[in-house]
Order: sequence, then C-alpha cells, then structure tokens
Amino acid sequence: MSNYLRVFLTFARNSLVRDMTFRANFLIDMISSICWVFINLAFYTLIFTYTPAIGAHSGWEKYQFFLFLATSLLINSLVQALFMTNADELSELVRTGSLDFALLKPIDTQFLVSLTRIEWSSLGNFAVGIALMVYSMHELHYVPGPVQIVLYPTYILCGVAIYYSLMIAMAATSVWLGRNQSLFDFWFYITNFSRYPMEIYRGPWGTPLRGVFTFCVPVLVVVNVPARILVRPINPELPDDWFLLGFTLFATVASLAGSRWVFQRALWSYRSASS
Amino acid sequence: MLNAFSSIIPSIYARAATWWTVLRISLEERLVYRGDFALGTLMRFLPIVTQIFLWSAVFSAKEATGSGRQIVGYSYHDIIAYYLLTMISRAFSSMPGLAGGIARDIRDGTVKKYLIQPIDMLGFLLLYRVAHKVVYYAVAAAPFALVFYLCRGYFSGWPDAATLAACGASLVMSFLLGFYLEATLGMLGFWFLEVNSLLFVYMLLSFFFSGHMFPIDMLPGVWGTIVRQIPLQYLAYFPAAVFLGKITGPALWIGLGTQLAWVLFFMIASRVTFRLGTRHYSGYGG
Repeated sequence: MSNYLRVFLTFARNSLVRDMTFRANFLIDMISSICWVFINLAFYTLIFTYTPAIGAHSGWEKYQFFLFLATSLLINSLVQALFMTNADELSELVRTGSLDFALLKPIDTQFLVSLTRIEWSSLGNFAVGIALMVYSMHELHYVPGPVQIVLYPTYILCGVAIYYSLMIAMAATSVWLGRNQSLFDFWFYITNFSRYPMEIYRGPWGTPLRGVFTFCVPVLVVVNVPARILVRPINPELPDDWFLLGFTLFATVASLAGSRWVFQRALWSYRSASS
Repeated sequence: MLNAFSSIIPSIYARAATWWTVLRISLEERLVYRGDFALGTLMRFLPIVTQIFLWSAVFSAKEATGSGRQIVGYSYHDIIAYYLLTMISRAFSSMPGLAGGIARDIRDGTVKKYLIQPIDMLGFLLLYRVAHKVVYYAVAAAPFALVFYLCRGYFSGWPDAATLAACGASLVMSFLLGFYLEATLGMLGFWFLEVNSLLFVYMLLSFFFSGHMFPIDMLPGVWGTIVRQIPLQYLAYFPAAVFLGKITGPALWIGLGTQLAWVLFFMIASRVTFRLGTRHYSGYGG
C-alpha cells in the first residue's frame, strides 16, 4: 500500500512539474474552466430572480442550491483532475498497443492507467467550489455540525468513486469497441442528469427516471447525497435519509467492484496492436 | 462587342463548374461521417430532458408562491419549445472549427494555397459550410422530427405562413451571420499569431448572450439593453422568438432588417480583413 502511495505521489509531482513547465497553458486551462463556472452561476442567479426555489417546497432555495452547485464543483473537479485525462488516454493506449507497456509493469494496471496524469488546472474549480460553499453558508448563517463535517467529505469521496467507476468502465469498453469518442459524449450526457437536485424528477416520466439514475446507474446519489448532508441535515428519525446514506455506500462499493470486473474482462480480451 | 460577350459565357460556365466541384467534394466528405452525425444529433437532445424537469421545477415553485405562471411572457411550455427551437437556430448558425481553422491555416502557412491558386478563400469556405449543413440537415432531419413529434405538446400549433416565412428568412440569415462573423474572427490570425483565447471569449459571450442558455428577454436592466444592441441574439434567440410569436409587427421587420444589416456588415468585414491581412501576411511554414 505504501508503494502505491509513493507511486501516486510521484505521478502527482511529475504532472505538477509538467504543468508548471507550460505555465501559460496551465493558467489558460484553469481560467477557462472557472469562466464556464461563473457563466453557469450567472444563469442560476438570473433564474432565482424569477423564482424562490427549484421545485415547490423542495427546500432548494437560492443559497441551498448554491451549496448543491458547490458540491457538484468539488466532485467534478476531483474527477476531472484525477481521472478524466487518463480515461481518455486509455482508448489511445488500446488502439496503439501501448497498453502492453502498462501490462508489463509490476503494478496494478488499473491503478497505473487511472492515475498516471493529474490535471492540476482542474483544481481551480475545486477552489471555486470551496469559495461558493463558504459564501453560501455565510449567507444562510449556517455552521455545519460535527456530523456534517465527518459525513460530507466521506460522501464527496463516495461520489468521486462512483463517477470514477462509471468513467473507467466506459473507457475499458474501447478494448471491444475501438475508439469511443461518442461513449465519452454519452458519459457527459448521462452525468448531466446529476447536475440538479433529484427532487426535480417528478411525475410519470420523472419518477422512473429518478429510479433508474438512483438504483441502476447511481449518478443521482453522487452530488445529491453529500449536498443534502449540508443543506438538509441528515435526520436519523427519517428512514429515507438513513436509506440514502446506506444505499450510497453500497452503490460506491458495487460501482467500484463492477467497474473492476469490467476492466479485468477488458484486459482479458485485449490483443495488442502489433509487434 | 460580340467577342467580349462570347468570352464572358465560358468564364461564367468555368466559374460555376469550379463551384459545383467544390460543393460536390465537400458533400462527399461530410457524407462519410453520416452515421456519427445521426447518433450525435440524437444524443445532443439528451440535455433537453434535464431542462424540461428543471424548468418544471422552476415554474412550480413560482406558482406555489402565487406569482404567476409566466416568466417574461414565457410559460413553461413556451420555455421548453424555445429550447427546442434554439437547437434548430444553432443548427443553422453554429460553425464548428471555422474561426479556429482559418487562424490555424494562417499560422501554419496552409492559407498560401488560397493565395496562389485562383480560388476565393471565403467563397470556398462558404460552399464547404453549405455542403456540411446540407448533409447535416439531411441526416439530422429524422432525429429532429422524432424529438419534435415527441415534444409536440409543448407547442401551440404551427404559426401562420408569414411568421414561418420570417422565421425561415431569419434562419438563413443566422447561417450567413454565423459564417461571416466567425470568418472575421478567424481573419484576425493575420495579425495575432494565437487567437484561441479570443475565440474562447467569443464562445463564452455567445453561449450566454445569444439566447442559447435562456431567452434573452430574461436579462434585466442594462444587460437587456446591451444584449439587444449586439448581433449574438440572431444566432439562437431571434429565430426561436419569431417562431413562438414573441416578436411581431414592426418589431419583427426591424429585427429582420437589423439582422440583415449585421450580415452585410460582417460580410464586408471579413472581405476587408482578408484583403488587409494578405497584404500584411508573410507566408511562414506550409
């Protein structure tokens, strides 16, 4: 385990050195990501001039929704920083046969292909998420208690793990499908459903959709559960809250196990490009 | 005089034959990727599903406080219809890779092929885009029709013939505006080696102020005034608003006229920047 930690720290350091070598590029990437965040923030601020909340009696008023956005920023920035470039690179490794070199190394292949490259510029959005969280809590005069302080980061990591599982499983399918650009577009479209509180999915179409994206492809619990920990503090008397907390832990473990299985199956099916 | 006339006809025929060859090659090139087009077009509607639920939640909260069922004159159904219609507007006005491609050609010297051969760069690129759009519409017609059929409940029927004609005219002009505006931006590559940052800023502003994210009627005060003076609204908002009957009467004629004026402005601007740029240009690379 300590070896893996040392290897990860080496990857992190190498990526940082590389990013700092091309500082202008690093800054442009960071600033452009942050600009997109502010564009979206401006859009939601505009919406809240016309409505008091997202969803009648949902509890998602302006600053509560900003806390949801902040949570989404934290999770997405971690996933983009740690895993997105590597998942994209995996299909190239498969196509060119360079995955051979990863397989030959005396380290777990999934660990190696998942964490080789870290995009430090994506952590700019992480900082914006923290700032938005602090600002929203200040406006709400809300100070999180010890339960929230423990549970929130835990479920942030659960959300990152679920997103990672989905991403690596889809990337691994490039062994069978070849280059899969449309698959990554599909990933963005699927995770688009988790951009808003799950309460918006109501009615004859919304309820089944909510069920599918909670219990089949659990993207809805990724942001919703940690955000609800902050916004609607978990009430142990409400069975729904306990159920969601427990289910999210189960979904995290199941997603990681499932994606591991898909990845291993993909490696079994891998045939190198050429000698 | 007869000699002059007899030399013009072959010249016109030769030019027409050249343009037809360019169009045909571009059509064939785009048709190679028709499978990706169809799938990608259908997937591009997936975010609309989220928008439907988001705006339903927005309007339900607004109604629950008793503050009416409309936002700047748009009902919930109007908003969803608006988003669907902006997909059509964007299908006409979006020019992926145009400005960046021109700037890249200038930077790496590939633009020289337009300068030493008897072919008009802007004309060639316009025909290429026409070909791309023709194929795109042909392949995307089925997915678009399917989505609009499924979402027909959000529309209150077809507008009258005059409104449809105005909408059609604004869509054609949005194509031309999108092309010449981005071509002008790309031409700045003659003076600035790297225009990607400028293009990113343009993309950000366009995304927010063109009506792609929301009807620009929602913008309050000075922002609303500013956004109505700039041409970005004609890339997404204007054709959709015309179809929905949000712009009628004299305002419609003024809007169409202003859109035409912007098209002519950027048509001239792109030509002028190209002419000035080629005088300024030194052909590095290529």
